[in-house]
Amino acid sequence: MADAPAPSAAAGAPDPIVLRVNGVDHALRVHPMRRLLDVLREDLRLTGTKEGCGEGECGACAVLVDGQLVDACLVAVAQVRGRAVTTIEGLATGTDGMTQLGTIQRAFIEHGGAQCGICTPGMILAARELLDRVARPDEAAIREALAGNICRCTGYTRIFASVVHAIALERGGGAP
Amino acid sequence: MKGDLAGFELASVTSVRQACERLEAGYRPLAGGTDVMVLLGSGKLGPRRWVDVSPLDELRGIDVRPDAIVLGALTTYTDVRRHRVASAELPMLAQAAKETGGIAIQNRGTLGGNLANASPAADSPPALLAYGAEIELVSTQGSRRVPYAAFHTGYKQTAAAPHELIARIFVPRAPRSHFYRKVGPRRAQAISKVCFAGCVERAGEPPDAAVVAIRIALGGVAPVPLRADEVERALLAGEPRARVLAALDAAIAPIDDVRSSARYRRRVAANLLGEFLRHAGLAS
Repeated sequence: MADAPAPSAAAGAPDPIVLRVNGVDHALRVHPMRRLLDVLREDLRLTGTKEGCGEGECGACAVLVDGQLVDACLVAVAQVRGRAVTTIEGLATGTDGMTQLGTIQRAFIEHGGAQCGICTPGMILAARELLDRVARPDEAAIREALAGNICRCTGYTRIFASVVHAIALERGGGAP
Repeated sequence: MKGDLAGFELASVTSVRQACERLEAGYRPLAGGTDVMVLLGSGKLGPRRWVDVSPLDELRGIDVRPDAIVLGALTTYTDVRRHRVASAELPMLAQAAKETGGIAIQNRGTLGGNLANASPAADSPPALLAYGAEIELVSTQGSRRVPYAAFHTGYKQTAAAPHELIARIFVPRAPRSHFYRKVGPRRAQAISKVCFAGCVERAGEPPDAAVVAIRIALGGVAPVPLRADEVERALLAGEPRARVLAALDAAIAPIDDVRSSARYRRRVAANLLGEFLRHAGLAS
């Protein structure tokens, strides 16, 4: 157990915090308690991640950290030092107008899973975590996985149908 | 976010020892952030100096010992749900974990943080009270164990001194019947109006098994997560149902607030006790 004085990152003299976002490393000179949400949206200009409630109630700011779903409004950026963050922008591949959307994104478009769009990135990342964890989730598993994501437009039926469709797109076959 | 970060500090440490030194210097521990970051984001976080304990592996992990399941303070709700032994032997805690927030909260929120935050409406405290858990607190002076039933001393007050860190939670292993139910405004992602946990330990083989212990705890009905020991005593003494319900009514002190009313909470608490008694085969 090291008994050397602990390094401290006070405001004003921060060490750079290195994190990987959608496969790209960033060294950030920011306050260690800055919310991951604000780092993503304001410092990295990745505005696909939305702020809904800012209290961990709505899931609009959900992103993946090392594959685990988290609410970015509740994570201090120092706590993702050295970790891999995936935002909605990271689910599409390709550049120069040739972007290929991920399967869940395509499924949401095809099944009308998005209306105003504020909850959509969080919904899609919650679904991404589920599909990475479970081969063929049933409807109960889909409902549970998305239970922390609130939609205030239109309800959840089309959103669940979109996830079912994404499973078929990725894994073949019809609905489970 | 509202407000700014000027004046806030987040120290990083690499050992529990270093974390305890920080606590002694007046820092507060930050773990999963599911409570602290809400206050920070809304500009209502009082303490300015924080130490990030989340990287400390010494506080992580679930250890299955012959007499107890030992949960590191950084155990998340997801850890509890995915641990084969803990989820099977501690179904009330697994249920609490499943019903706390959604997946994103369960991935971040820790048991140690839940106890330290000391909300009377939290969902894991009633389960841990009903299991008769113990808490290990560490500081630069060493460590001590306190019965969890003695941990919550007042609204958001605990038996932990400011320089002490919750390190581990010890849950005794015993065969028991259990009943856990959370009542909230919706089934997912909701804070409890009332939460009830009860378990019964019996000695001997059915049908002659004698009740040796009953532990009942409630959330949302008092300034603290409440162990209802007067109700337990009334049940063990074989008091009539009316006396048992009266003991519950005397033990709880629910309030009207944004989540519910005192009247509703009293009614639901009594109904949940009745449900527990039927479930446990104690209804007379």
